[in-house]
Amino acid sequence: MSVSMPGSHANPSDHSDSGAQAPLVAADGRPLKVSLRRALFKNKLRAVLLVAPLMLFLLVAFIFPIFSMLTRSVESNEVRTILPTTALAIQAWEGEGLPDETVYAALAHDLKEGQRNRNLGRVASRLNYEYSGMRSTITGTARRITNVEAPESWRDTLIDAHRNWADPAVWSVIKRESRGYTLSYYLAALDMRYDADGSIVRQPESRRVYVDLMIKTLWMSILITFLCFLLGYPVAFLLASLPMRSASLLMMLVLLPFWTSLLVRTTTWIAILQSQGVLNNILVALGVIDDQSRLQMIYNETGTIVAMTHILLPFMILPLYSVMKSISPSYMRAARSMGATGFTAFRRVYFPQTVPGIGAGAILVFILAIGYYITPALVGGESGRFITNFIAYHMQVSLNWGLAAAIASLLLGLVIALYLIYNKLVGSDNLKLG
Amino acid sequence: MTKTFRKSALTAAVMLSATAVVSTAQAQQALNVVSWGGAYTMSQEEAYSKPWTEQTGQRIVNIDRSATGLAGLRAQVEAGNVTWDLVDMLPADAKIACAEGLIEVLDHDELLSPAPDGTPASEDFIPGALDECFVATIVYSNIVAFNTEMFPADKQPSTIADVFDLENFPGMRSLQRRPINNLEWALIADGVDHDDVYDLLATEEGVERALAKLDTIKDSVIWWSEGAQPPQLLADKEVAFASAYNGRIFDAQVNENQPFEIIWDAQVFELDGWVVPRGKLDVAKDFLRFSTDTERNAAQASYISYGPARMSAAAIVGNHIPTGIDMTPHMPTYEPNFATALPKDDDFWADYQDELNERFDAWLAR
Repeated sequence: MSVSMPGSHANPSDHSDSGAQAPLVAADGRPLKVSLRRALFKNKLRAVLLVAPLMLFLLVAFIFPIFSMLTRSVESNEVRTILPTTALAIQAWEGEGLPDETVYAALAHDLKEGQRNRNLGRVASRLNYEYSGMRSTITGTARRITNVEAPESWRDTLIDAHRNWADPAVWSVIKRESRGYTLSYYLAALDMRYDADGSIVRQPESRRVYVDLMIKTLWMSILITFLCFLLGYPVAFLLASLPMRSASLLMMLVLLPFWTSLLVRTTTWIAILQSQGVLNNILVALGVIDDQSRLQMIYNETGTIVAMTHILLPFMILPLYSVMKSISPSYMRAARSMGATGFTAFRRVYFPQTVPGIGAGAILVFILAIGYYITPALVGGESGRFITNFIAYHMQVSLNWGLAAAIASLLLGLVIALYLIYNKLVGSDNLKLG
Repeated sequence: MTKTFRKSALTAAVMLSATAVVSTAQAQQALNVVSWGGAYTMSQEEAYSKPWTEQTGQRIVNIDRSATGLAGLRAQVEAGNVTWDLVDMLPADAKIACAEGLIEVLDHDELLSPAPDGTPASEDFIPGALDECFVATIVYSNIVAFNTEMFPADKQPSTIADVFDLENFPGMRSLQRRPINNLEWALIADGVDHDDVYDLLATEEGVERALAKLDTIKDSVIWWSEGAQPPQLLADKEVAFASAYNGRIFDAQVNENQPFEIIWDAQVFELDGWVVPRGKLDVAKDFLRFSTDTERNAAQASYISYGPARMSAAAIVGNHIPTGIDMTPHMPTYEPNFATALPKDDDFWADYQDELNERFDAWLAR
């Protein structure tokens, strides 16, 4: 952009006089400031437009789903929207004995209304999570009272229609769930529940599922990460120190499985590890094990660990390799020339320089592992299942989306917390992908 | 984070592909019919879809999503974009979908054709086959089958108690990974009378007793989740017994000549049939009427061993079309097979499945 020569005694008020007296002006006659701002704005706009598709994508595919998941995990609108007059009337009830006639009349009104609008199913399912039997209590009662008009006592009529309406515990559930939000999904995800008088207690032992599974998922993910490190480090070292030609051949061996479909790799492990599979057949043929005592290596934790370590290995090798590649061999030579043994030189000079690669690889593998669910579902059997398999189950089969959202939110929180701890211990500047 | 992201990306991909399917389908005005896949969809295709396409030229698109049909319906209705026109469903799911307003209420006598002798539909279907929003097409059964080669010829199992008898009938078992059927069988094998099974299961002691009985074989069980798994496990001799849908075992017996035998004792039978997603009645009603008439209903039984839900159809069931064998003794409703049958109690499971699923999962993890 060309600029007219600035005058030394410019008078900003004097616009008519061009030349030495004029303010800074661009070639097209606009003041320089405006011109500059416009140019900067254009640049900014271009930058924004360039990232806009990504931002939009993140918003639609990442931020919005997470937000919706967090909302679902505490939302409990069913009682308020489908049984509105009951939700209002029950606020006056103190939780002692049974509610009075007005509440029963309100419920009867709501049930009739719901039967007409065909939307009782949602509230019936919702309350059934809290109190087994509520599904048929609600749909059954609604069906039985459709033709009842203004009886002497709604209380007697409803209790007559279903005995559950005489149970104060039912009413305290309805009162609790009429607030519009609920903690019960999170409680369920933590193996806890409300007891009859509304205080929070642990689930009886026979119904505890999720906490142990969460711990197991965590523990197995750590184990898989560690195994990936153990197997990946030497491979990455070899890749980084071999001459170019053989290194690229070896690289192909790492990348080829990486490019193969996840399902193919998983089912291959089934073929290899199952009790009539390749590995067992070889062991039997070699006489290492007896035909009757074939090893159970799949449909349990072993299967999950083996298959997932294999699938996630490249995520460890690649960052390690690119970090190792950037370490100059002269450091090692210098250490050796100063009398360090090979091992000491490796331990004191080489290894510390690869730590950022280990950090990056470990966090990649760990976060991927904790969210995996296809592989554990296929090869994990009963003991090798992850918490993610239960999220999928509640999404697709039991349709308890609130509980699925609560477990998923806890998992998300756990991963963020672990990342923060990791950050504190290792430091995110100590994280290098290459 | 990655997980959520992957899930959303997956959803987006599924939605994209679903839209693609729908737009091509609409171009040819095809009907999107959701069913269970495998041998079952094949039988529907032979009995309903092919004759329908021949008659009307309308193409039928099969979608194998019935296993998660309720979840799919709810998601589609919530998103306001229903792409399924007719869904094959279990009556328990249909009850829930109906109460949630996800599917259409059906006027059976208006929508369904009468029997050939003029009996109206509402009197021609077997009891319980017509529900507010549901039309049953078949009666199927959950049974335990075994591979005859796994036991000596003079000592073959014959009752449900034998499945729980590791001493006399050793070997692995494969059962479906869910409480339904397994708890009923455990109680019956433990000596409980058929009539008391569901009353007992509604109590704490009943559930404890059923789980205790299952405990006795727990270490010998491989749990399955897809209907195609049990015949495969039996054929590979990975297990000696496997619970299954009776049609799948029939398919393996007849079409693959597998040496399988069905233990009909304590079979748990239930219905299966059509529901119409909300707003799809106009699109689906002609095919609904066609596929449930007596002739079509009977024709399906010539391809798979599920009993027709219409009495007028049961009377005219013919031979198995691919092989020509008599279908009668393979039907769950065949007199000798039916003697000790237990009807699945949908109302019980509608109320207790949330709780019992959790208990069952906790029991599995113990």
